[in-house]
Order: sequence, then structure tokens, then C-alpha cells
Amino acid sequence: MMKKSKQFWGFTILAIAIFVAIQFMISGGFLNNFYSNTLIFMAINIMLAVSLHLVIGITGQFSLGHAGFLAVGAYVSAIMTMKLDLPFFAAILIAGIAAALAGLVVGIPSLRLRGDYLAIATLGFAEIIRIIFMNMDYVGEAAGMQVTHLTTWTYTFICLFVTILVIVNFTNSRHGRACIAIRENEIAADAMGINTTYYKVLAFAIGSFFAGVAGALYAHNFYIIQPSNFGFLKSIDILIYVVLGGLGSLSGAIVATILLTIVSTFLQDYPETRMIIYSLVLIIVMLYRPKGLMGKMEFTDYLKMWMRPKGGSQHEQ
Amino acid sequence: MEWLQQLINGISLGSIYALIALGYTMVYGIIKLINFAHGEVFMIGAFIGYISIAGWGLGFFPALLLSMTVCAVIGVVIERIAYKRLRNATRIAALITAIGVSLLIQNGVIYLRGAQPAAYPDVFANKSFNLFGAQISTQAILILSVSVVLMLILQFVVHKTKIGKAMRAVSYDAEAAKLMGINVDNTISATFAIGSALAGAAGVIFGIYYTKIDPLMGVIPGLKAFVAAVLGGIGIIPGAVAGGLVLGVVETVVSALGFSPWRDAAAFIILILILIFKPSGLFGKNTREKV
Repeated sequence: MMKKSKQFWGFTILAIAIFVAIQFMISGGFLNNFYSNTLIFMAINIMLAVSLHLVIGITGQFSLGHAGFLAVGAYVSAIMTMKLDLPFFAAILIAGIAAALAGLVVGIPSLRLRGDYLAIATLGFAEIIRIIFMNMDYVGEAAGMQVTHLTTWTYTFICLFVTILVIVNFTNSRHGRACIAIRENEIAADAMGINTTYYKVLAFAIGSFFAGVAGALYAHNFYIIQPSNFGFLKSIDILIYVVLGGLGSLSGAIVATILLTIVSTFLQDYPETRMIIYSLVLIIVMLYRPKGLMGKMEFTDYLKMWMRPKGGSQHEQ
Repeated sequence: MEWLQQLINGISLGSIYALIALGYTMVYGIIKLINFAHGEVFMIGAFIGYISIAGWGLGFFPALLLSMTVCAVIGVVIERIAYKRLRNATRIAALITAIGVSLLIQNGVIYLRGAQPAAYPDVFANKSFNLFGAQISTQAILILSVSVVLMLILQFVVHKTKIGKAMRAVSYDAEAAKLMGINVDNTISATFAIGSALAGAAGVIFGIYYTKIDPLMGVIPGLKAFVAAVLGGIGIIPGAVAGGLVLGVVETVVSALGFSPWRDAAAFIILILILIFKPSGLFGKNTREKV
């Protein structure tokens, strides 16, 4: 108990320090618009990666449709602020709830499937969500929807902080352990009395909730949202962050997201080169290090190993 | 007799899906991998057909054969480089690699020639004739006959030749097949070669029928062909053909009823319904998972 709360306060203090430092740099004019935008974009990507990490890395359910929930969040929040004139924080919350509901609708039927069937079903659902938005007159069909710029560094950081906090706490709780048990062996977990369907759907809904929150920030950061922004490739983008960092490692996912966002910002004008690098990275990592860069290890695990180099239980798997 | 015409359009489209779906289903049947790069092999096939017809002035059949050969080689190369190492890896690792290969081929082609579409040259004077009041183009007949011939050849190869027997044995039980002296690696490569050749043929036919090709053309037909394979029962060869035809007809009917923006959604709705209610597909048998 003590150890956990120590970790929690350490994390909080670190987060506040990062926030204050960057806020100071933005308001002090050390970071120009380009850099602060990149930081916001990076934070949104981290939220997406962390929420997908809960579904794939922790619960072991391979979803290829995360962009669909991002789209739900983006469109719902845009409708809330642009059409119903609600304040932005309410729009963020409603976007999250709407995406979580979409997650339930998608998850309840499809989570009965396993492995690649589940992947294809989620892919199909995400495509259906996209096609629905593409044919909805109310949100501007394929041409997209104008959205005012409301996303600030403060909003983004608070959302990011809450996302990571909730997902870390969930992972370390009884429910998180149930999800990990499902990832390791679903049949055994079932036999141990874990309600596998309930936990799979729960993890899926929480992941979708935060994808929806990220979608709200995404929509209000880009002035316009179009259905084509939320296609299959966007899901793959998010998937790459999680896979590269290590399936099952939250800090790995964050590190991979930061690295790849920087790379893709510099290659913005050369989208093909960017995608070629992405795909080569994906193939090479899968061939030579299928666990991802960090496997299932977290930064804190490395820290512990480093502090206690001899003896003890070093359980790298 | 508009319905007859729509039906024939649907069957032509469906036979293209069926040709692609055959590759998916054969590869899945033998190594349980959803080969996401299959749609890209289809795209490469279309471009090779384009180059050999428009660039080198070949006729339709030489172009078709050339495209099938090159695609077979590409399929084997993909398998040897990217998938062979992953045969004992987790399914997710293999699936992610397949997605990676698919993105690599797409963007590699865009990098080499740009993303702009190309107009397919006319190889046949497109005449149409009247059958019971329906206008039927010679191209539709051509597509249909080429597909049928290829499927018959495939059926012959799988059931009457030695390599076909080996393929069936490996897909039934790879370990036992190895013990019986079957070269599993070569058999898997042969499966990729045959599947990719069919995808290449589908690419050339697609180009001639739709007259426009571009580097991203493989994505949607690839996904839909996968839907077709699942619909028929993945791993089952006649299932892929039936699934492709059903999907083609359904899509054409949805378009004809005036819902053409929802055409792509129809395929995915079919996919989800079939996955939820009968995951083993129309032709599949239910299998129990053993602990």
C-alpha cells in the first residue's frame, strides 16, 4: 500500500513538473507555435497509444479499429461545441462517454471472437463508423466539418494525466490482474472464475472512452475533421506505437509514441518516406524483436533492477 | 430486364473478389495467416498488366500470363523474407508483419511512380450484345470466362496433382505431413505462388474492367476479398468462390437500389454478421477449441 502511494505521488510530482516546465516555456515564448502544436499532437497520440495498450497490451484483445472510436469522439465533441454550443470540457466528457458506448456496441458482439477474427471484426466496425460519418449530412459528409480551435496545452495535459493515471491504476488493480490473466491464457482465466467477457468488454470500453477523449482534443486542434482522417491507416498508426514500444508495456508505448511523433513531424512533407520507414520498422521489429522494444517491462522495473543488480528475483520473460 | 444485367455485373465483380479470395483462403488454410499483403500483390499484378499492355504492346493473354508469373515470384519472395521466420511466432506478430509488408509495398510503389492513377488501355473493343433484353458487355463475359478457367485449373491442381495433395496434407496437419516426407517449406511457397498468381490475374482483369488503377487500389478489394473468404469459410476453396460471388452480387444490388455510398459498408456488415452468427463461414464446419 505504502509503495503504491509513493509511486503515485512520484508520478504526480513528475507530471506537474513537466507541465509547469512546458507551460512556462510556451508562455515565455521559448517554444513557438510549431513546437507547442507538436507537443499537443504528441500528447494526443500518447493518449491513443495508452488507451490501445489497455486493450491489446493488457487484455490481449487485438483491435484494429481504434481510429473508429477516435472518430466517434471527434465528431461527437465537434457537434457538442459547434452545433449545441456546449463548453469544451463538457464536450470532451460527452465525447468520451459516446466513444465508450460505441465501444460497448462494438465490443459486446465482437469480443466473443478471438485473435485475427477479432482484429478483422473491429476493423470492419471502424470502417462502418467511418462510412456512417461519410454519409451523414449533419456532419458535412465527406467534405468534413469545421471546428474551432479550442485545444490548449492545459486541456491536453490534464486529459493525458487522467488517462495515464486511470489506466495505470486499473492495470494494478484486481480488475487489471484479471485482464492480464485473460491475456496470458483465456481458458485458464475462465477456469479460475474470472468473468472473461465482462473484463474484455470493460477494458474495451475504457480504452474507447479515452480514445474518444483524445478524439475531442484532436478535433479541436485541427480546425477541420474529415472521415478520411479516421481510416484504417490511422488505426495502424496507433497500433505501431503500441507494438513498437512492447505489447504490455505502458512506458514503452509512451516512449515509442514520442519517438515516432518526432520522426513523423520531421517527415511531414514526405508522407511516402514516412510510411516506408514506419512499415520497415514494423517488419524488422516483428522479425527480430517480436516483443517490441521494451517487452512487458516498465521503466520502474528497469529502475528496480538497476538498484538491486545482484541476486533477488529478476524475472524477465 | 435490368435485374439480369445487374446480376451479371455482380457476378463479374464477384469473380474478381473470388480470385483474390482464393489466395487469402489458401494461405490461411495452410499457415493460419491473414496475408494482408495479398491486396498489394493484386495491385502489383494490375500494374504489371498495365506496363506490359501499354508499354510493351503485349496482348491480353501474354500480359495476363506475365503478370501471374511475376506475382507468383513476388508472393514467394514475401513469404520467404517476411513470413517464414514467423511460423512459430504468435498470430498477432504475424498479422502485424503482414500489415507492415502491405504498407511497405503500397508506399514503395507510390515512392517509385507517384500516387496518380493510370488509365488502363483498351485491349478489347467493348461491344455489348443483347440477351433477353439485358445489355451484356463482352468484357463481362471475358472476365467471367477467364475466372472460371482459372478456378478450374486451380481445382485440378489442388485435387489431381502431387503438389495439390501435399498442400492439402500440410493444411490438414503440418507436423504429420513433415513426417511423411513432404517438404513443408516448398509446399507453403507453392501455395503462396498459386495464390499470388491468381491475385495477379485478378489485378489485370480489374484494370480492364474498371479502366483505372492506382497504388492504393488493393486495399478495399483486398479487404472485401477477405470478407468473401470468411463468408465462404476461410480455408475452404469452393467457399471462397461462393463468398466472392455472393459479395459481388450483394454489392451490385445495394448500388442498384440507390444506396451506392453504403456499398462498402454492406461488405463489412456481412462480415460482422457472419463472424457473430457463423464464424466458420457458409461452407465451414464448427470446430471446438481444445484446451
